[in-house]
Amino acid sequence: MNSGIDLEMSFTQGVQNLGLSQELAHLLWIPLPMLLVLIAAVIGVLVTVWLERKISAAAQQRIGPEYAGALGILQPMADGLKLLVKEDIIPARADSLLFTVGPILVLVPVILSWLIVPFGQNLLISNVGIGIFLWIALSSIQPIGLLMSGYSSNNKYSLLGGLRAAAQSISYEIPLALAVLAVVMMSNSLSTVDIVEQQNTAGFLSWNIWRQPVGFIIFWICALAECERLPFDLPEAEEELVAGYQTEYAGMKFALFYLAGYINLVLSALLVSVLYLGGWGFPISIDWFSSLIGISIDNPLVQITAASLGIVMTVLKAYLLVFLAILLRWTTPRVRIDQLLDLGWKFLLPISLVNLLVTASLKLAFPMTFGG
Amino acid sequence: MNIAYSTELICFLILSAVIISGSLAVVLLENIVYSAFLLGGVFMAVSGLYLLLNASFVAAAQILVYVGAVNVLILFAIMLVNKKEKLKPIEGLKTRKLISGAICGGLLVLLLRVSITTKWNLPGPSSIGEEATERIGEHLFTDYLLPFELASILLLMAMIGAIVLARRDISMPTNKIDNLKNEKSLIDKKIPLLSENSLK
Repeated sequence: MNSGIDLEMSFTQGVQNLGLSQELAHLLWIPLPMLLVLIAAVIGVLVTVWLERKISAAAQQRIGPEYAGALGILQPMADGLKLLVKEDIIPARADSLLFTVGPILVLVPVILSWLIVPFGQNLLISNVGIGIFLWIALSSIQPIGLLMSGYSSNNKYSLLGGLRAAAQSISYEIPLALAVLAVVMMSNSLSTVDIVEQQNTAGFLSWNIWRQPVGFIIFWICALAECERLPFDLPEAEEELVAGYQTEYAGMKFALFYLAGYINLVLSALLVSVLYLGGWGFPISIDWFSSLIGISIDNPLVQITAASLGIVMTVLKAYLLVFLAILLRWTTPRVRIDQLLDLGWKFLLPISLVNLLVTASLKLAFPMTFGG
Repeated sequence: MNIAYSTELICFLILSAVIISGSLAVVLLENIVYSAFLLGGVFMAVSGLYLLLNASFVAAAQILVYVGAVNVLILFAIMLVNKKEKLKPIEGLKTRKLISGAICGGLLVLLLRVSITTKWNLPGPSSIGEEATERIGEHLFTDYLLPFELASILLLMAMIGAIVLARRDISMPTNKIDNLKNEKSLIDKKIPLLSENSLK
């Protein structure tokens, strides 16, 4: 395998040439990828909001936003600006401390999870060994924030919405983790980089989706449920609960929920592409392609092309999934709360257990194709 | 003192301050909801300590199990039975508080004595870092297989118990069910939208 471009090395060396110590150079490097990924996440949200508006309009035979920028592309900016300058209201009988901390607790774990999303060989903030497990652990903090904001609003709809959100999140986390576990078992590693690399041996044929079709569907359903997207948006079901836990929120605090929801959606789509669709891998193996046209893989031009192609591929796959999620949201009816819990506990959990068992036995029977 | 060491020290000090003050607040605060939320914060700070010790897997497991499951369940229970009632003043509350305080203080002194008199092997063994996940798995399935299986049997028992408690219909006496049927027929008579006659 090629080692790819190491931006950190070149940056620290460049700074050291200016006469700074190695530690200081490292310290200067640390915030750069974080900032970059944060900006990428926010831009991803803006694009997703625009897509949501346009696709929902298309689904309902409307035009959608069209005056703010070309094709209404600046509409999400206008939305954000509006929320930014709105009055920040805290209800009189609400618990103002918990009311403020709640949305923050919802948003922070989602942003932290971007730590492990790889856009290329070395293009991620940190290749931590526990990789995908970190995401599962962090996403389990979210229900606390939801319960907190639901409780502190001092409103029965908020409380019910918060409780529903927590119940839903706990129920769907188990099949989600089991689906991830099957993938981890095949790639012998929790690290997202290893998981992608193990899939990119023979172009799109070696993607995990062919070996884990059931796992892919389980993961996608659970990811939608964790993001509270429409077939499963019980916690904020408008007709029953006004807006669930966000009923009393306005202005920037509401925007935090909004942002967390969309960042989580983009993150889930990225992780589906990492776990099942080969991450940054091009459908045709780059190694094979470069050997075909007779250029060494270590050629800087090939390296840069491969890296940018990797970023484009990751984002493209993720946005195809986001498109699917938006389409699902505007075309499917909402399930009932008992159906939701039934689906989670009586259907997805047994299926994911069987999937894990089958994966384990296939791994023992065919160690070549299922990772030895 | 280099940058890495001082960062670690500062993180350690902040985390321990959070843990100590947080756990005191969990015990001493009157509002039970605040206590529950603070408990979650304490759990997270403990997982931060694990991170400082280079045990990232344990840290993530701590968050997943204690914050994501235990603490959420505690909060759930509190919010489902959130009845605001005035508690009756208990007689001799002051002496009770004094006694429990003295016991806790004694425990603290005992633990301090142990930690001071023990000859700790410093510096401890170097951490294995990322390899830890594999090592934990190996140990769970070799040396610690029996405790591991026993713990899973315990969890299974708790789960079956919860199902039995939740499904009250299993042990409902028959006369109660008859009563329920009578009541239901009364309701049906009142609202004959979909009674048996209308179906014919």
